[in-house]
Amino acid sequence: MEKFTVHTGTAAPLRRSNVDTDQIIPAEYLKRVSRTGFADGLFKAWRDDPAFVLNQPRYDGATVLVTGTEFGVGSSREHAVWALQDQGFKAIVAPRFGDIFRNNALKGGLLPVELPTAAVEWLWDALEGDEPPAVTVDLAAREVRAGERTWAFPLDDFSRWRLMEGLDDIGLTLRHEADITAFEATRASWLPATQGA
Amino acid sequence: MPDKPRTLAEKLWDAHLVRAGGDEPDLLYIDLHLIHEVTSPQAFDGLRAAGRAVRRTDLTIATEDHNTPTDNLFTIADPISRTQIETLRKNCAEFGVRLHPLGDDEQGVVHVVGPQLGLTQPGMTVVCGDSHTSTHGAFGALAFGIGTSEVEHVLATQTLPQRRPKTMAVTVNGVLPEGVSAKDLILAVIARAGTGGGIGHVVEYRGEAIRALSMEGRMTVCNMSIEWGAKAGLIAPDETTFAYLEGRQHAPEGAAWDAAVEYWKTLPTDEGAEFDAEIVIDAAELTPFVTWGTNPGQGVPLGAEVPDPASFTDPVARGAAERALEYMDLAPGTKMRDVGVDVVFVGSCTNGRIEDLRGAAAVLKGRKVADGVRMMIVPGSARVRAQAESEGLHEVFIAAGADWRFAGCSMCLGMNPDKLAPGARSASTSNRNFEGRQGPGGRTHLVSPQVAAATAVAGRFASPADLDK
Ligand code: SF4
Repeated sequence: MEKFTVHTGTAAPLRRSNVDTDQIIPAEYLKRVSRTGFADGLFKAWRDDPAFVLNQPRYDGATVLVTGTEFGVGSSREHAVWALQDQGFKAIVAPRFGDIFRNNALKGGLLPVELPTAAVEWLWDALEGDEPPAVTVDLAAREVRAGERTWAFPLDDFSRWRLMEGLDDIGLTLRHEADITAFEATRASWLPATQGA
Repeated sequence: MPDKPRTLAEKLWDAHLVRAGGDEPDLLYIDLHLIHEVTSPQAFDGLRAAGRAVRRTDLTIATEDHNTPTDNLFTIADPISRTQIETLRKNCAEFGVRLHPLGDDEQGVVHVVGPQLGLTQPGMTVVCGDSHTSTHGAFGALAFGIGTSEVEHVLATQTLPQRRPKTMAVTVNGVLPEGVSAKDLILAVIARAGTGGGIGHVVEYRGEAIRALSMEGRMTVCNMSIEWGAKAGLIAPDETTFAYLEGRQHAPEGAAWDAAVEYWKTLPTDEGAEFDAEIVIDAAELTPFVTWGTNPGQGVPLGAEVPDPASFTDPVARGAAERALEYMDLAPGTKMRDVGVDVVFVGSCTNGRIEDLRGAAAVLKGRKVADGVRMMIVPGSARVRAQAESEGLHEVFIAAGADWRFAGCSMCLGMNPDKLAPGARSASTSNRNFEGRQGPGGRTHLVSPQVAAATAVAGRFASPADLDK
């Protein structure tokens, strides 16, 4: 996984709340067995509309998406994260995220940034204005900066450290393999098995 | 503090701690990992790339459901769907995972298959790369959906790093009125709590009305926990749970059964345990429910009207309602009973079990599906289909003019040939009414199997009681 410390880029304002993962990428695109190449399905239902924010030249190359509350609710499809990353996004700013999406994003190194609604609205206005500011997402400081403004965002220490080091979770867990084996020895004998152990 | 009263959720969590956090998240052991074709290929690729094996093939089981056709058992016309299914078959063979493929007696929607095999039991942790894994919470198991990276993590380690969620109680007091089902109950809960109301919480459904539900009704309720953002839904195990499990293929037997039941009886939330939040609902106030919008929280009683967006005080909810009505092509003030439908879908992991099919058949018996309405009945598993046929339910469906199909996810999501045409309107027993969920441009209204069947007969939204008028 790529390390994430500080990122500055173009931000795109997506003025919608409750963007579910079916909107981020429809089921049709989930048939693929690869981990990349999902950008063509991103926000599919909206992409044909020239007014859609990602079709506006001023947001070309956007790497930060600023969106409304409850982003990524619904299905567990990690393809939603992969599609956003394939499109070039490094961070998503929203007041609140669906739990599974948030987890998936953290696993894959797409930073979910929780900012209060007022901050999101300020950013929307600024980004739609005549001189949209670049947005900086500073994971080290747990801060978002744009223009003259700075907002702190919450993220637990462990997730922050993992992202900053670019570490893979499986490797981290396998450091505790002895604990897993010890736990397995204590499991009740009547617990079901899908096949002969 | 061994004597501190604990909730069911806390007991489940504590019983699966491989390692308690410190600076890291808790590491939880996973008792059962369910797999299907859509969210697993990239996980198996990851294992291969890292040279890792599946740690516990004996705690892992796979089935084919999302991409499968429901009009036949053999031909998957779409080559990309076929590749995904074939990839699952190859991966299961290579890594030694038990698979129930299309055509197998135990094939079906992953959340129908686990419980019916008796693999889902109280006190367990169950995960699957699918958000409706919350279904299994009906047994008093901590069950939640995960993404593909986590699927890979569980395959490799049989554990997951997790942060302890908050707890919430949804207490449903009293008795559900005649004609009001588990589906109506959960739709009403979501309409009240909002689609984000459960985020960050494990929800325990309790109270008299919940205790009175069958296991299948409980699965319907827990299934939709994710639709209001909850990490998981739980119902404490009781005699109903034990009676459902006893004698199933993978349920313990003899002395092991007694030991298991003894343990299961220790699981319910202790007297005096505290939840971080609570919602209290009076069952007597509930009626058949139907959604009008594009998220499961946008629902009203069947007897109500399409709401006016102007009536929402919260600007976010107002904007969402405006967009939803435009997409759904509905005018504020329209009576739900006046809204006509093109398609009726009975099926999915929410309402594709035998009791759901019996409920629909009871309404359809001796009646006909209205002209111009297409009704599809899709059992949740091959076993449910066989059971329905042994009871003669399929004859009722066919005589009514409905389409009786093979098991799969079908029209619950637009991923297989069963899709809603652009602009078409459905009454659906599934769980999501998102824009395009059943096919691009399709308009979905969520209902119970009974309301779905009555709607098919009337051609517009109706309850079974309406048909007798
Ligand atoms: S029936 Fe629907 S909700 Fe259930 S697993 Fe299949 S697609 Fe998902």
